Amino acid sequence: MLRLDGVTVSFGGVRALDAVDLEVADHETVCVLGPSGSGKSTLLRVVAGLQQPDAGRVWLAGWDRTHVPPHKRGVGLMFQDHQLFPQRDVEGNVAFGLRMRHAARAESAERVTELLEMVGLPSAHRRAVATLSGGEQQRVALARALAPQPDLLMLDEPLGQLDRVLRERLVVELRALFDRLGSTVLAVTHDQGEAFVLADRVVVMNEGRIAQAGTPLEVWQKPASEFVARFLGFDNIVEATVHGDSADTPWGKIPVPEGTQAGPCKLLVRPTGLRTTSVEDGLPCTVEARTFRGGDAAAVTLLLQPRHGPRLEASCALREAPEAGTSIGVAFDEKEVVRIST
Amino acid sequence: MSKHALRTTAAATAVIALVGLSTACSSTDSSGEHSKTVTLVTHDSFAVSKSVLKKFTARSGYRVKVLRGGDAGAAVNQTVLNKGNPQGDVFFGVDNTLLSRPLGEGVFDSYEAEGLGKVPRELQLDRGRHRVTPVDSGEICVNFDRGYFEKRKLDPPESLADLAEPEYKNLLVTSNAATSSPGLGFLLATVDEYGNGWKDYWKKLKANGVEVVDGWEQAYNDRFSGSNGGKGKGDRPLVVSYASSPPVEVLGKKPLPAQAPTGIAEKTCFQQTEFAGLLKGAKNPEGGKALLDFMLSKTFQEDMPLQMFVNPVREDAELPELFTKYGASVEDAAAMDPSKIAENREQWVKAWTSLVVK
Amino acid sequence: MVVPVVFFGVLFAYPVTAIVGRGLRTPGQWHLGRAGQVLTDPDVLDVLWFTVWQAAASTVCTLAIALPGAYVFARFDFPGKQLLRAVVTVPFVLPTVVVGSAFLALLGRGGALDEWFGVRLDTSVWAILLAHVFINYAVVVRTVGGLWSQLDPRQEEAARVLGAGRLAAWARVTLPALAPSIAAAGLIVFLFTFTSFGVIQVLGGPRFATLEVEVYRQTAALLDLPTAAVLTLLQFAAVTVLLAAHARTVRKRRASLSMVPAAQTARRPQSGGQWALLAGVLGVVALLILVPLGILVERSLDSPHGYGLQHFRALGSADSSGTFTVAPAAAIGNSLAYAAVATLIALFVGGLAAAALTVRGAGRVTERLVRGFDSMLMLPLGTSAVTVGFGFLIALDEPPLDLRATWIIVPLAQSLVGIPFVVRTMLPVLRAVDVRLREAAAVLGASPFRAWREVDLPLVRRAVLVAAGFAFAVSLGEFGATVFIARPDAPTLPVAVARFLGRAGEVNYGQAMAMSTILMLVCTCTLLALERIRTDSSGEF
Repeated sequence: MLRLDGVTVSFGGVRALDAVDLEVADHETVCVLGPSGSGKSTLLRVVAGLQQPDAGRVWLAGWDRTHVPPHKRGVGLMFQDHQLFPQRDVEGNVAFGLRMRHAARAESAERVTELLEMVGLPSAHRRAVATLSGGEQQRVALARALAPQPDLLMLDEPLGQLDRVLRERLVVELRALFDRLGSTVLAVTHDQGEAFVLADRVVVMNEGRIAQAGTPLEVWQKPASEFVARFLGFDNIVEATVHGDSADTPWGKIPVPEGTQAGPCKLLVRPTGLRTTSVEDGLPCTVEARTFRGGDAAAVTLLLQPRHGPRLEASCALREAPEAGTSIGVAFDEKEVVRIST
Repeated sequence: MSKHALRTTAAATAVIALVGLSTACSSTDSSGEHSKTVTLVTHDSFAVSKSVLKKFTARSGYRVKVLRGGDAGAAVNQTVLNKGNPQGDVFFGVDNTLLSRPLGEGVFDSYEAEGLGKVPRELQLDRGRHRVTPVDSGEICVNFDRGYFEKRKLDPPESLADLAEPEYKNLLVTSNAATSSPGLGFLLATVDEYGNGWKDYWKKLKANGVEVVDGWEQAYNDRFSGSNGGKGKGDRPLVVSYASSPPVEVLGKKPLPAQAPTGIAEKTCFQQTEFAGLLKGAKNPEGGKALLDFMLSKTFQEDMPLQMFVNPVREDAELPELFTKYGASVEDAAAMDPSKIAENREQWVKAWTSLVVK
Repeated sequence: MVVPVVFFGVLFAYPVTAIVGRGLRTPGQWHLGRAGQVLTDPDVLDVLWFTVWQAAASTVCTLAIALPGAYVFARFDFPGKQLLRAVVTVPFVLPTVVVGSAFLALLGRGGALDEWFGVRLDTSVWAILLAHVFINYAVVVRTVGGLWSQLDPRQEEAARVLGAGRLAAWARVTLPALAPSIAAAGLIVFLFTFTSFGVIQVLGGPRFATLEVEVYRQTAALLDLPTAAVLTLLQFAAVTVLLAAHARTVRKRRASLSMVPAAQTARRPQSGGQWALLAGVLGVVALLILVPLGILVERSLDSPHGYGLQHFRALGSADSSGTFTVAPAAAIGNSLAYAAVATLIALFVGGLAAAALTVRGAGRVTERLVRGFDSMLMLPLGTSAVTVGFGFLIALDEPPLDLRATWIIVPLAQSLVGIPFVVRTMLPVLRAVDVRLREAAAVLGASPFRAWREVDLPLVRRAVLVAAGFAFAVSLGEFGATVFIARPDAPTLPVAVARFLGRAGEVNYGQAMAMSTILMLVCTCTLLALERIRTDSSGEF
């Protein structure tokens, strides 16, 4: 459906996008993930035609659309803060794209009703957009983007401004909706949880380049770089040298999965890969702090200061969590140790 | 279409529209029709009855278009600036105090209007070349509030010398000679009367409490106790105004009084004559000549008094009853050679300003 | 951008340059030595000094008197507020001839003050200052009050909670937020009073003259073009500096402030002190604005047979006074027609200019150019009308631009003063339209024109109406340039008023007042209509 070839955009010498190649297949949902300033919004703007690339091509459904103006591209874009037209009511907003395509009045009205029902806002037609809550605005914006049945639907931080509970519910709803409609979706977010739920494939961006692309599971399991790992929230990363089934690290020798390539590299230890032991049995550490995260797992994150080497984050069950200030030992589970290619 | 292209197109359309509009407007004036229209350039005080203009059109076949350009001074100066490429065919409204300026600049073509024979020779200031034709005359005189002087059993002043007398202390208000035409006229009257001694006379006037305000409007409407416009609440019973002001005070009064509430001091007057001339480079000189002839006709001349509150220059023109009944005729108003005025005006006004105003 | 630049070049820059050039140049040679002579003439220095100090004094007085008013209009709700806000703006759009006569009737010999208290202020500086406050009161109330009403009161509350006293909270929080807008209002008032003409002419007597009055005297009366040219350039320099300073403060004001809708901040006065403040401000408005306006009405009704509509009736009949070839009432029609055309021109040109000025991020140089152009659009407000009028005369005298003697020249001249108001009104609104709304429309399939029609237009419609109203009111009252252009015989209201005032006799005086009253009523109605459409008053004037 969509293909980008070496798309480059610079703003005053700064490369917002640097030779980006990307493909989105039909009916696929791809999430672009990255910190703010990584160029992900610019990517959407290039696809929508709101930003001309300095170099590279944009292909839509097999056609080179690099120089086609936005209103002729047939893509849908849901803006970060929705950008509902303040002077129109809900129906006026949703029907806008249909009007631009000269849809018949009756047909358009029918479609609006259908869409509003689908996004869970039946009979909101006449409401002024200013009276909508954030979640409702988001639904209207979605209905508006979907109304003209775009070949490609793009979402820019679709849930960015909503509170957590709402976000977690809506992201599931969105996923279900896209599956049902068979839409092709390109979304942008800085929230990995959102991306992993929504996407068939995630693309992690950093400083205008694609740092890693793959299924959520692939990315989660094997971050391609320290940047990706840290972006995913992993902080237990050290320089190491792998020899066979173990590696030398500032924390001492730790086990690595079978088949790990030998040589100097960076190693990631997931917090779930640390087990508490008695001081003598493992790497001796002092518990500096413990943070209760809530949620179903009732897990606690421990911040540990090993006797030698950088700090470690460990995750453990609430009832097993030691008090801050106590001394414990930790053991490493080789299944949760990942070599990061450098 | 891109945003930029859109803007450019809009801009281009607008420029074309604007230019088109302006040429459309000017072309209606210049092409075809212009031979039927004669354009009169004048000042804001010009007025004429519609019926009289219709008579001109009926007689000559020309329609008159009137352009007004501010007060008399501004209108004259505009004409000077447009020398050679005038806005119209005839200019009306230059008086003897300003006459030398347009004459010196060569703004007018010569034309001896019909009916000049009925105009007193002393009013024809360009007798030799007929570049300008006298059209109306009037006098700038000190006006007095009749009621004030009657109440106090005091005789109103008659001459310039009287104004400096102690019994008229703090009674006179005049307007700025630098900016108002009555003010300048009055100054010239004193220069004519006293010659080089005019400054001494003004020193006496100043000691006697003459007040100078900026415009005739304030002097007359606001300060003069005899004007009804100020509801008679002004504090000065003497004002420099026109000989025709008393009849105007009667206008609109019902029933008509036996006598105008104000009068003029007959020996304080300065002769003011207004001229018209054919503009050099006129598009319709024939029409202009016809208009000049018409301005000297009895029809026009008899219409002027009630329109512009001036006297006709034509000796056989009849004055309306308002003027004959309530106006006074001034016999020997001061008159001065325009070239003498031109030579000295600036220096007199400057000296006067530092003497009286500052 | 092209249209406004061409419009400005042809109708302002070119004529003004032509008249200045005529003064300072004989074919092939400039006479700049003239400038030295003029600038060292003690009379000119006197004029300059007076111009500066009276403008400074007027500005200080206006700010001192109008700031409490701005507060009251911003923060209090009281019955009749809309009407009152329209009324205080009337003086600003009234022609200065009318303002002058109103003040003469009030402060002059035999005026109301004289009658009641024996006080006379005509031909004194006080009358000039009062009239300037009268005219510019609305500038401060609208500029400062507009912002004040949208400042979030919680900011001040936060300061109070942090231990600041009422006054300290105001001085630390509100004042700094308002400062740029107070400065902007002050500069505008200074600009208007620096170039004051009509008021000085009528009230100043022969002793007082501003640069503008002197330019008029040198041009219209003496035809001393070289001196006039030097003075014009001098005024230009001063005005340019003022406008640059104004542009700077306006930019500063755009810095982020915590804003809330005005309706949320205004409430009924509560404490005794607040009631007293409201009463005080209403008292000042009554004395300073309603009384002079009232005097006009009173004089227009005052006929020899007691109060009545005699003067108004007289306006309807031609030839009754002999001043016009057409019935004076027709002047009302002329005025409305001219003002309507001028409004259309101003909206078109001003709208395009505002749209062009909205374009952002087009590079540093362009942005500077745009900014310069923004200020340039305000220049006609600070230029002598006689300069423009005479400039038209000698510059626009060749086909295809021989506009002299065509009717269009009057609305064109009027639109020159209307355009700045259109730009000032529309600019903030256009700037506030989020680009992404346009982008949203584009992605949904709207072409750029369609996006403009669907998104921008509905959002700025209100502003367009307000701009139109202001341009209309200002054009209606425009007197200066109109009177110095030789124009076909269709006098406008202000010109007719001036003509009536220029004649002796009660009939004429009464009719002048009657016309002024009509003009005032039309202006009030226009402004009142604006109050109804305008929801937020954050315009830059």
